[in-house]
This record gives sequence, structure tokens and C-alpha cells, in this order.
Amino acid sequence: MAISNEYIQQKLTEKFGDQVFNFEDTYGMLCFEAPKDLNLKVLQYLYDEPSLGFQFLTDLCGVNFPENPNRELAVVYHLHNLVENTRLRFKVFTPVATPDVFTATQLFSSANWMERETYDFFGVNFVGHPNLKRILNVDEMDYFPLRKEYPLEDQTRIDKDDEMFGRG
Amino acid sequence: MSDHNITLAEDAIERKTTTINLGPTHPATHGVFQNIMELDGERVVSSDQTVGYIHRAFEKLAERRPLYQITPITDRLNYCSSPINNMGWHLTCEKLLGVQTPKRVDYLRVIIMELARIADHLICNSIVGVDAGAFTGFLYVMQYRELIYEIYEEVCGSRLTTNIGRIGGFERNFTNTAFTKLEKFLKEYPVALGELESLLTRNRIFMERTIGGGPISAERALNYGFTGPNLRAAGVDYDVRVHSPYSSYQDFEFDIPVGKTGDNYDRFLVRNQEMWQSMRIIQQAYNKVQEFKGTDADVYHADVPEYYLPKKEDVYTKMEALIWHFKIIMGEVDMPKGEVYQSVEGGNGELGFYMISDGGRTPFRLHFRRPCFIYYQAYPELVKDSMLSDAILTMSSLNLIAGELDA
Repeated sequence: MAISNEYIQQKLTEKFGDQVFNFEDTYGMLCFEAPKDLNLKVLQYLYDEPSLGFQFLTDLCGVNFPENPNRELAVVYHLHNLVENTRLRFKVFTPVATPDVFTATQLFSSANWMERETYDFFGVNFVGHPNLKRILNVDEMDYFPLRKEYPLEDQTRIDKDDEMFGRG
Repeated sequence: MSDHNITLAEDAIERKTTTINLGPTHPATHGVFQNIMELDGERVVSSDQTVGYIHRAFEKLAERRPLYQITPITDRLNYCSSPINNMGWHLTCEKLLGVQTPKRVDYLRVIIMELARIADHLICNSIVGVDAGAFTGFLYVMQYRELIYEIYEEVCGSRLTTNIGRIGGFERNFTNTAFTKLEKFLKEYPVALGELESLLTRNRIFMERTIGGGPISAERALNYGFTGPNLRAAGVDYDVRVHSPYSSYQDFEFDIPVGKTGDNYDRFLVRNQEMWQSMRIIQQAYNKVQEFKGTDADVYHADVPEYYLPKKEDVYTKMEALIWHFKIIMGEVDMPKGEVYQSVEGGNGELGFYMISDGGRTPFRLHFRRPCFIYYQAYPELVKDSMLSDAILTMSSLNLIAGELDA
């Protein structure tokens, strides 16, 4: 039934060579990366190739990794082939200084609001998006709140005096 | 465009169309979100939505909380079926931690989740009735939702925002009262659901109001990321319970009802059918739960000392239990590193949890895939050229829940 992760990886490597990399199996789901300029080409290929057919965009979201130089922001796509019932996760990374990623709205109408949400919280600039403005936060906001540079007070208290708890 | 013979001068201030604000607080929207609609007479020419009025930054909040403190946050997503959100979250944690839950826990969870689905669909369908002018059904079925809430209350102590269950199982075993209440529900509810159906399903007024309103084709629905009853009403038999079974759904026999045209009437029918299917599942799960005898019948959680609170009497008498209790409450347990996506079939579609853990005590990133948020963007397309009153009906038949929309 389901398409095997090895097959997907093989097809992608055939098409894109070493432009697609970091393949891993995370709890059964194939996960891989591509350069951000290629995101639409990869999505289009996954969509059009008959033996893959990832035509359903389950989820699109951003992640901030402040520790990774030039790879601070990630856009994560969760795709689903509903016929074969196979899911995969696809990531592109972008430097926070130039957070430009091509929009997937031409391919998936559902990407519209999800990209707006990602822009709203992480400041990823989706190039070619028809209506890229804030969606959940107020329009006047001038920062991107889900980036790690805006920390919350840490309730798990690893900052507390460990000696008092026998771990000093 | 207009049917009326209005001729406006070139430089006239008046326009042929009227712009109205439906919301943010409007009795017909059943939630806090705004629709700006351009009307030509009573016909919707175009519309635009504003969301975010009750945005509470759950994803940010989750980044500083240990896992068990995130459960109450998930309550507040789709608050018509909080238990499904809670269970979805527990399943996500269990997937990350590699916890295997006992079968009895799975079946108890299935009972609670299907009850929640019934409560969710019940509200949605009866509200569709209200918006079509039939208030009776809504008031009548409320007492059956009350029966469901009483079962929640018996299991976890609360009714709306339930915080039900724990990582690995339930906080306590189901009491006999809970099962008695479940039996009462199983006996009384089918009658009421039949009555609700006989009030609406073949009602001439209701049919004429709903058939053909807010339709969507299967292709557009998929492209818009529809899931759940709204997608199934368009004719696609995608159901997370069947496609990626969780909590032992593979042990149950049930059908996926599908519609054809994706209009308001089909959505209504699909939800109604799903309630019957949920009843089937609950009955099967209840039978399976009763098959457990002796000590098996007392199993209500998995053995995960790192995340499941020890018994109170142990905390007072045993050192190890005291340590675990303290570590769990203070959120001092490090999680394994990993990335996990887990989805459940929520009240209105695939509710997904995408969690990245960097090995710390809180999620590095947690993202909720909220079905409402994703399909609400199709609303302008659904209501274009329909009457304003039908646009309102479409809104309620999509089952938009503001809490889930805004997260």
C-alpha cells in the first residue's frame, strides 16, 4: 500500500541529486531537506510525479533555530498522499537576515493562511504570496513573536539553585 | 451584476453594493471572528475574514511548559470537543516518549473521544437547525450533551475544558457511576438523535434552505486542506481513525459516511451519520472494556513513572514515589530528542500536533494543525453569490470554533 520511504528517497535523489539531503526516518515519517530556492521545484515534483503524488498539504509552519548560523529559520511542510496514505516532512532553511522563501500558494490554496501565519510569527517573507500580511496578531506589531529572541519566563526553573535540590 | 435597474451617475457617492461587518461579536457567527461582506441587495459579492480576536499564543506558551501543563492549553482549542484534543496531545507525548498504552486504556479513550465527537457534532448540527429557523432541536438535544458532560465530570471532574487523561492513561479508573451514566446515554441518545433527524433531515424548509448552499467540489476541498466531516461531505473518504489508526481504532468496526456535493445539507447528513457510527464504536468499546476481568479490569494507565504521577499514598510513604512526584510537578524530566507529528480525527478534521524536542524539559517548538484555521480560508469561495442568510448557515455548518481558529 504505502509508498516506502526508501522509494521516495530514491526518486528524489534521482531527480535532484545531492540537492536533497539529510534524509531521516522520524517515527516512521520520512523527513528531508532542500535548499530554499528549490522548495517549489521539490513540491511540484512530489505533486506531479505519478508514483509519488503528494497532493495534500497537511501542515506548513515555521521553526526558529537561533543557534544555526545562516539556517536560523525553517519552513516545514507536512505532505500527505491520501491515496497511498503516506506522509512526509520536507524542510527548507533560510537565514534570518534574508528570510525569503517562495510561496506554495500556486500549488495549494491551503498554504495561503498557513504562510501568513508563518510570516506573522517568524517573519518568513513568502515571495509571490498574494496577500502577505499578519493574520493572528495586530497589524501594527513590529516584531515576530515566536522567534526565540523573545523568551518567556522559564517555568521549569533550571535557573534555580541546584545545590538546594541535591544536584549541585 | 445587479438585478435591480439602478443607474448611478459616474461621480455618485452611492454604490450599488453595501458593505457590512458580520462580527466580530455577532449572534449569528457563534464565535469571535469578523466577516466583511460586500452585498448586492442580499447577495454576497465578495467577503473577507479577519481572525485572531482570541489569539492566546498557545504555541509560545507551550515552549516553556512541561508536557503535562500543555494539556489544559489543548482544551481551549476546539472547546466543543476538548477530550479529543487532550487525547491527541497525550498520544503525541506517548509517541515521542515511546510509551505503549494498555488496551483497556485505549478503549476507555475511544469511549471518551467518541462521546466528545458526538457532543461536537450535536452542537454543530443543531446550530445549523437554529440558523435555518428551527430552535427546538437545539434546545431539545442540549440535555443529551448534558449527559455526555456528566460522564466527563465523573471521569475527570470538569465539563467543558476537561484536561482529561494523563500521559500514559487516565488520572483515575472509571467509576461504576461513570459506566452507569454511559449506559443511560447509550440507551437514551439514539432515540433523541432519531427525533432530531426526523425534525430536520426530511423537513421541506430545512432541505430547501440547506441543499446547494455553500458547496465545494472534492478537488477544491482537498486543495484547500479540508479534513474531517467537511471533506467527507465533498465525497472524499479520508478519516484519520482509519488511515492512521491511533488508540486501537483498528479494533473497531465502523463506516465512514461520505456525501457528494459538499453543500450544507451533505455536511449535516455526514455529521448525523457520524454520530450513529460513534454510537456503534462506543458500544463496541464498552463491550470490550467489560471483557476485562480481575486485575486487568483495574488497569487505567501505563507504567511511565517519569510522566505519570504516583499514587498519593505512595508519595507519602515511599521515597522513590516522592521523588518522581516532585520531578514531574516541577517539570524536571528531560525528554528524548526528536521530532514527532501525531494527528487525531478531531471534531472538525485532522487535528495535528507537530512537536520538536531538543532534549530539554519543554518542547522546543510545538505547532498545532488546526483544521478550522485551514478550511476557514475557503469561506469566501463557498459563499460567493449566495444569499446573506445562507452565508450564515454555511458558517455554522462548517463548524467554525473560534478557539481552534486562533489558537
